[in-house]
Amino acid sequence: MKPELGALVGAVAVFAFFAAQSEPFRSPRGIANWLDPASTLGIMAVAVALLMIGGHFDLSAGVMTGTTALTVGIVAVEFRQNLWVAIGVALVVALAIGFGNGWLVTRTGLPSFIITLGTFLMLQGLNLGLTKLFTDTVTVGGIDEAPGYAAAEWVFASRLEILGAEVRVAVLWWLLFTAVGSWVLLRTRFGNWVFATGGDDVAARNVGVPARRTTITLFMTTAAAAWFVGTTLAVRLTSVQANTGIGQELIYIVAAVIGGCLLTGGFGSAIGASLGALIFGMTQLGIPYLRWDADWFYFFLGAMLLLAVLANRFVRRSAEAARR
Amino acid sequence: MTGGVGGGAAAPLLELRDVGKDYGSVIALDGVSTAVRAGEVTCVLGDNGAGKSTLIKILSGVHPTDRGSVLLEGRPADFGSPREALDAGIATVYQDLAMIPLMSIWRNFFLGAEPTRGRGPFRRFDAARAKEVTRRELAAMGIDIRDPDQPVGTLSGGERQSVAIARAVHFGARVLILDEPTSALGVKQAGVVLRYVAQARDRGVGVVLITHNPHHAHPVGDRFLVLNRGRSMGEFAKADISRAELTALMAGGAELDALAHELERPDS
Repeated sequence: MKPELGALVGAVAVFAFFAAQSEPFRSPRGIANWLDPASTLGIMAVAVALLMIGGHFDLSAGVMTGTTALTVGIVAVEFRQNLWVAIGVALVVALAIGFGNGWLVTRTGLPSFIITLGTFLMLQGLNLGLTKLFTDTVTVGGIDEAPGYAAAEWVFASRLEILGAEVRVAVLWWLLFTAVGSWVLLRTRFGNWVFATGGDDVAARNVGVPARRTTITLFMTTAAAAWFVGTTLAVRLTSVQANTGIGQELIYIVAAVIGGCLLTGGFGSAIGASLGALIFGMTQLGIPYLRWDADWFYFFLGAMLLLAVLANRFVRRSAEAARR
Repeated sequence: MTGGVGGGAAAPLLELRDVGKDYGSVIALDGVSTAVRAGEVTCVLGDNGAGKSTLIKILSGVHPTDRGSVLLEGRPADFGSPREALDAGIATVYQDLAMIPLMSIWRNFFLGAEPTRGRGPFRRFDAARAKEVTRRELAAMGIDIRDPDQPVGTLSGGERQSVAIARAVHFGARVLILDEPTSALGVKQAGVVLRYVAQARDRGVGVVLITHNPHHAHPVGDRFLVLNRGRSMGEFAKADISRAELTALMAGGAELDALAHELERPDS
């Protein structure tokens, strides 16, 4: 059974529900609107899904988008560097954090939940503390005045005209990352190792899978995705708040679970996580299109999550039931 | 039988000489010697806590020895990791099988040794070939699997053992170590697995069969090493020991007699 099947059915149902009642929702402009939140969420959800299939969580993934965005801003504005230098520094910072998370988890054998909760809180403090230290405020602004901004804007924040609607380039990146994530997972040795490490890391190690390296690589991949999204935010908004990204980590996990990832690891899909992100985007903008109170959004999201977890439980049982 | 071809002259595939292993102050294994020859089955028997698991861990490179030596074709071998033992042709099929229940049979079959095609960033897992080889190898061992795409979790215990043995044989195992392959199985399933053990033996593989069941060991084994509390109770060729003697030795004959006496009905 395909892990993303439930999310596909859900996405079609959600689209049909909103599209039937709202003309603007199904117009090209409306579609471009709800693809936008889905895209940045989707890039993270794909990486988080791979990590979850590998058997781990990263609660610092959300705040890391803030850390990288703030790093881009502070290096470019406060240290007066070329924006590309700042983006490079942010990448190094992100990869170092990801490596640290992975290294601690594999060395100690402690649950990644608690290790990354620690990283999450530390980064939240650092984001605020360092931003205040460098700018005396809780915002880094003026990123668009840094040299190299035009090229960075083209890569991270340009808009394309498709069917008369303005689509953000992040949507294309999202599609590309989903395709690459799915290909790596299903069609490379590394992908096989991810499933095995998440399914049973002792068994995987016994047959020669480098489980430790696989786990560290997955944490670094999640960090790299946070860097990409953080950079996109910094370039798009040109100013970054010190609390950027906090709380998002749970939304990534929600998208991955709606997409068919098991919380226990070893099962899931990159395409499913993207469909989960799509459901999120459609719901988030569909509810205001119907002129409903925005509070209903979280109720709806929670209901989707519960449904997905129940469906996943059924999938796992049918896959693990031994015939005697 | 292929016995006599290699004869006693050639060095055994794998040999243990006075091997010992401690865990802290606990002596898990001491002064154990045995040999594994191509096309033969060496059975290691013992009750729970006899040191069977420790012996496997030494043979498969999980733990180094504390005393004695491991010889591979007469040369000293010191495996630093399971990977090194595997590269030397020593494959271990663990009791828990080292299979991932949620993954398909073909993904499990090639786990850790995936065939690839293409190069550089386009190097990819050759799924078509993996499926093809899995189907062929299982058929060669006489294992009938309907669909290599089904998750391993849906197979029965005997089928999983058989897939694990076929996998080890395919990857050129010269020594195949089987950890309690029949312990969790019913009589019929156990018979199926023992037949695959004999298949592997006939293909020239040296088999180490670890078990606590002399009834499973005796029909398929060529030599028997009996362990008790980490020490060898003796090594026997099949001609020198009957099934009854093996059973009695394993259970510690006198203990079994005492137990039989104790359990007797008062007036019978």
